[in-house]
Amino acid sequence: MNMSKTFTSRLSDLNLKYLMGKLSSDGQKVKHPFWVIVEKEISDHFRSVRFMILMGIVILTCMGSLYSSLSNFSEVVKNSEDEFFFLRLFTSTDGAMPSFVVFLSFLGPLLGIGLGFDAINSEQNSGTLSRIMSQPIHRDNLINAKFLGALIVISILFFALGFLVMGFGLFFIGIPPTAEEFLRFICFTIISILYVAFWLNLAILFSVKFRQASTSALAGIGVWLFFTVFYGLIVNLIAKAKAPAQFAPPEVVIKYQVFVKNLMSIVPSQLYSDATTTLLRPSVRSLGPLTMEQMAGAIPNPIPLGQSLLLVWPQLTGLIAAAVLCFALTYHMFMRREIRSK
Amino acid sequence: MADHIIELSGLTKKYGDFVAVNKLDLKIPKGEIFGLLGPNGAGKSTTILMLLGLTEPTAGSVKVCGINSTREPVEVKKKVGYLPENLGFYDDRSGLENLVYTAKLNQMTEQEAKEKARSLLERVGLPDVHKKTGTYSRGMRQRLGLADVLIKSPEVIILDEPTLGIDPKGVQELLQLIKQLSKEDGLTVLLSSHHLHQVQKVCDRVGLFVNGKLIAEGDIASLSTQLFGREPITIEARVIEHSKSKKDVEKVISKLRHVKAVQKNEDTMLIDCTEDVTNEIAQSIITSGFGLHQLYRREYGLDDIYQRYFEKNQV
Repeated sequence: MNMSKTFTSRLSDLNLKYLMGKLSSDGQKVKHPFWVIVEKEISDHFRSVRFMILMGIVILTCMGSLYSSLSNFSEVVKNSEDEFFFLRLFTSTDGAMPSFVVFLSFLGPLLGIGLGFDAINSEQNSGTLSRIMSQPIHRDNLINAKFLGALIVISILFFALGFLVMGFGLFFIGIPPTAEEFLRFICFTIISILYVAFWLNLAILFSVKFRQASTSALAGIGVWLFFTVFYGLIVNLIAKAKAPAQFAPPEVVIKYQVFVKNLMSIVPSQLYSDATTTLLRPSVRSLGPLTMEQMAGAIPNPIPLGQSLLLVWPQLTGLIAAAVLCFALTYHMFMRREIRSK
Repeated sequence: MADHIIELSGLTKKYGDFVAVNKLDLKIPKGEIFGLLGPNGAGKSTTILMLLGLTEPTAGSVKVCGINSTREPVEVKKKVGYLPENLGFYDDRSGLENLVYTAKLNQMTEQEAKEKARSLLERVGLPDVHKKTGTYSRGMRQRLGLADVLIKSPEVIILDEPTLGIDPKGVQELLQLIKQLSKEDGLTVLLSSHHLHQVQKVCDRVGLFVNGKLIAEGDIASLSTQLFGREPITIEARVIEHSKSKKDVEKVISKLRHVKAVQKNEDTMLIDCTEDVTNEIAQSIITSGFGLHQLYRREYGLDDIYQRYFEKNQV
């Protein structure tokens, strides 16, 4: 009897209508607790000084990169091989400042870590966690809502920024984007959000793991630094040690190249920059080594969006997998944990 | 059976080798105020966490309102209001906002939530609804906590150390409020504390918890009987011997009616008796020619009870 009751209650949880809310006795809509938490998380983020600071940094750098790409834009257009001028806004630079894409790949982690590092432990330390968890909600509702809340905030920010850059670009260069360019931009933004989602999940994982918010922030930043600075160095060392001889047969060279590429593709930022470069530069047709046979007969033309997406599919899957892995770990740690007050 | 709103059987919680709660059996009927007493680290909070499904028992079962807390915590939490030991609120939000959030988590509409929150804030004596909780005093927080517990219209409320860190007047008010709520709304209340003298005023029954075990259970009178045999009253007397002291004061007092035992260290005497015979004791001390400096009936704090308990066990 107990079993069947649990089963039906689980079933009603899965029911979408229940998830979205139900009607109260007087006909008013009652929100599902999950959305109540999401709503509160979003409003907390928008109210917080931390978010203002992060947003300020991101907006400033984006303006900087926009300026640098615009100041050099006529040169870029002249030397361009393809007709996707508009997308060059996001990738080109005059050399003084990194491009929009590079900035995002650099600041995305900061944003993700900044919004997630104290998701659970701050609630625990302020004593609100045990109070919230004693309300009739499932435990996963809380972490899911924390994640979704921050993700919505990031999505709003990224879309707003992207459209802002587009708008300014339109204003200054006077070339409207084509439909495909626009779609490519939307895909790029979605991938950027996914990328930040990975870091957000990692930060939430640390916030469950570590009691002190500062420890979890440091751990997040540590992982970020490791991947941006040290991992590349280590891969370089390994690559040098394993480099084939100068006159090695092509199969060995290719094998070596693939090996190095695989080592690098563990890094989320590498996955992200591979994916975004391919999407924003339609002339990129492969992310790995290409042999002369494969190139033979190829017309040096940009490839359509569908093909670009197909090309970045592994990168995309990798990013999603990394995010899901962090999430699963968080889940595992949080679901059966003892919730003490402080 | 159905009358028992909380049923624990063979409940055990281990942290590695450390046994926090050891084979606990406890039944609490509906409408009762039950006090869980014990020193820090006795396993009171752990028991409460298991009641709410916030931690899993190593063995045994917990049922609240007939629902298994470990299997279906959400169903239990719909019916149980819990006031944690160190409760916190979102400091940058007002008391009203904090309450409305809890109410909405319990599936109330915005309007319902606001109305109920306002009336509860009034009831617990926090009329300034827009004050940020960050500026609340400890006592105000505790009262807001009580409102937070009540907003879901629970059948059972569980209060973990509700009197901790509040001044005596605040404690008095809070306990009165709890008693009143229990009477008016027919709530079952489980509260934990390490102050016997605070909770004995409001509790119908108490359970004494030491090292994960419930060593005694019942109302205050039966508790002291259980613990001390038949010596519920202890009178302490400080006497000074004069030159004209004629008799051995100990002997005189021990012959009095209702006096069970007399213990003397230097000039202080501890007199165990079955009834309050303070008056007779005073008379006999003075007629024996001793100077009486101090005479009072000892109130047992929890410390004394433990001490007594352990003394008895060692002997």
